[in-house]
Amino acid sequence: MDNSTKKSLQTAAAKIRLGILEEVFSASSGHPGGSLSIADILSYLFFKEMRIDPKNPEWADRDRFVLSKGHTAPALYAALANRGYFDVSELKGFRNAQSFLQGHPDMKHTPGVDMTTGSLGLGISAACGMALSGKISDKDYRVYAVLGDGETEEGQVWEAAMFAAHYKLDNLCIFVDFNGLQIDGPIVDVIDPTPIDKKFEAFNWNVVTIDAHNFDEIEAAVEAAKACKGKPTAIIAKSVKGKGVSFMENKVGWHGKAPNAEEYEQAVAEITASMQ
Amino acid sequence: MADKIATRQAYGDALAALGDKYKDLVVLDADLAEATKTGVFKKKFPERHFDCGIAEGNMVSVAAGLATTGKIPFASSFAMFAAGRAFEQIRNSVGYPHLNVKIGATHAGITVGEDGATHQCNEDIALMRTIPGMVIINPADGLETFAAVEAAINYKGPVYLRFGRAAVPYLYDEKTYKFEIGKGITLAEGKDVTIVATGYMVHLALEARELLKAEGIDAEVINIHTIKPLDEELIINSAKKTGAVVTAEEHNVIGGLGGAVCEVLSEKHPTPVLRVGVEDKFGKSGKVPVLLEEYGLTAANIAAKAKAAVALKK
Repeated sequence: MDNSTKKSLQTAAAKIRLGILEEVFSASSGHPGGSLSIADILSYLFFKEMRIDPKNPEWADRDRFVLSKGHTAPALYAALANRGYFDVSELKGFRNAQSFLQGHPDMKHTPGVDMTTGSLGLGISAACGMALSGKISDKDYRVYAVLGDGETEEGQVWEAAMFAAHYKLDNLCIFVDFNGLQIDGPIVDVIDPTPIDKKFEAFNWNVVTIDAHNFDEIEAAVEAAKACKGKPTAIIAKSVKGKGVSFMENKVGWHGKAPNAEEYEQAVAEITASMQ
Repeated sequence: MADKIATRQAYGDALAALGDKYKDLVVLDADLAEATKTGVFKKKFPERHFDCGIAEGNMVSVAAGLATTGKIPFASSFAMFAAGRAFEQIRNSVGYPHLNVKIGATHAGITVGEDGATHQCNEDIALMRTIPGMVIINPADGLETFAAVEAAINYKGPVYLRFGRAAVPYLYDEKTYKFEIGKGITLAEGKDVTIVATGYMVHLALEARELLKAEGIDAEVINIHTIKPLDEELIINSAKKTGAVVTAEEHNVIGGLGGAVCEVLSEKHPTPVLRVGVEDKFGKSGKVPVLLEEYGLTAANIAAKAKAAVALKK
């Protein structure tokens, strides 16, 4: 990846992070930790990879995106707003009864949201349905989904994994945001879902493990997914929960808590400084 | 044409017959294609039938994903595993985003017979009624099933279709029959009591009418094939005329047709209502006629409740 592309993706990721902070701070609720950990993945998908048109969100041939870990909607909304689906000024309405930005993604009210999600495990199955439809209709769009690592504790994830491999959905590429933390603590302490990579391999998926905050690695993994025929791809993306905000990084307490005014200012200052 | 057919068989036949006309129709099953009869569709359209294996939750969410792309998916399993096991997927992946998914639930109620209580779903109508925007159709015979399947295809939004395992007699003349979602059908007019029935119980309601006639009671019989949205006007007008109502369903008396009729009448035209159905019990294994007798799902019980309802009139 050339430097100017990387620079622009880093800028987009920083804007997504600032959007996340603004949303969660304005709402005094929401999930900053797991939103910040996927900001670079969303930057790559929405600002480089996906065949999408913000002016035509219902375009039949568009690539699809499903945020299976729907509680990190702030990241998705910030990506959509900065990509031009709606005005960034809408972000401060997040979780407000007058806003179309629901606590979890709502496809009926938010342009650019391809699937309603929030209940964990359901999004990956819907992504399978979209991918299957593309296969049987000879459409060349691709389907992306982002799951949480804790989300893989849901049995339905593995029902979907079986389905995707059985129907050879090589147009499906999922990211597992492997930040190692869930609400009740480290995933290995709550109910250990590891090794997640080996599990997907055992379910006959193509598996790539990357650093979730390295654009070269994200790009290489997505290209490997596109090149892989006959198998869906799972990108196990090792991430830092709360990435970019020093006091949130790797802290389980920031899974579902909003910053106060002082913390918000510090967080914004840190992200802004990273953009220089 | 045979004089009887199980609605699940008519369902499979309808899907197969309509597959050419509706190119976006796709069918999903969960390792029960032989029993749900979607296998009939699979034989004719193997490229549009997808077995999801024994994974009903995934099947329903996959159907939701298919619907977002313009497909018209029918997801089939036994009512217990569709409405029961996959309730949350129907609620969150289908109902909340109001996606164009049809749930084809077979083996509803106790006429499942020998498989027993784990497979006899008497709760599905109640569960589905609580989902905003869900259409619930419980056809009474083969002809109505065919019409309901085609109406569901042409309706944009989620539909729960409820079918039975046991054969039921044909009730309608093909030449005159008309199906409309949300419109009940008065099968026989009467002035003393209204019997509101759905699904398997409709033919028994007609038998009950004959039993009542012999005792000088003139019963009106209404077939409510669409439980939601309910044809309130038809029910209220009939209640105004007869002043007493009996409901009949192969479902728990809580939350199903009986519940729906009570809710409407108590708010809009208070009328004595007695309910025939499974009286808040689990099912059990047995031959279908034995179970129907034991659980009171008979013409004789409908007639007895009708007489009791007449006696409640002021």
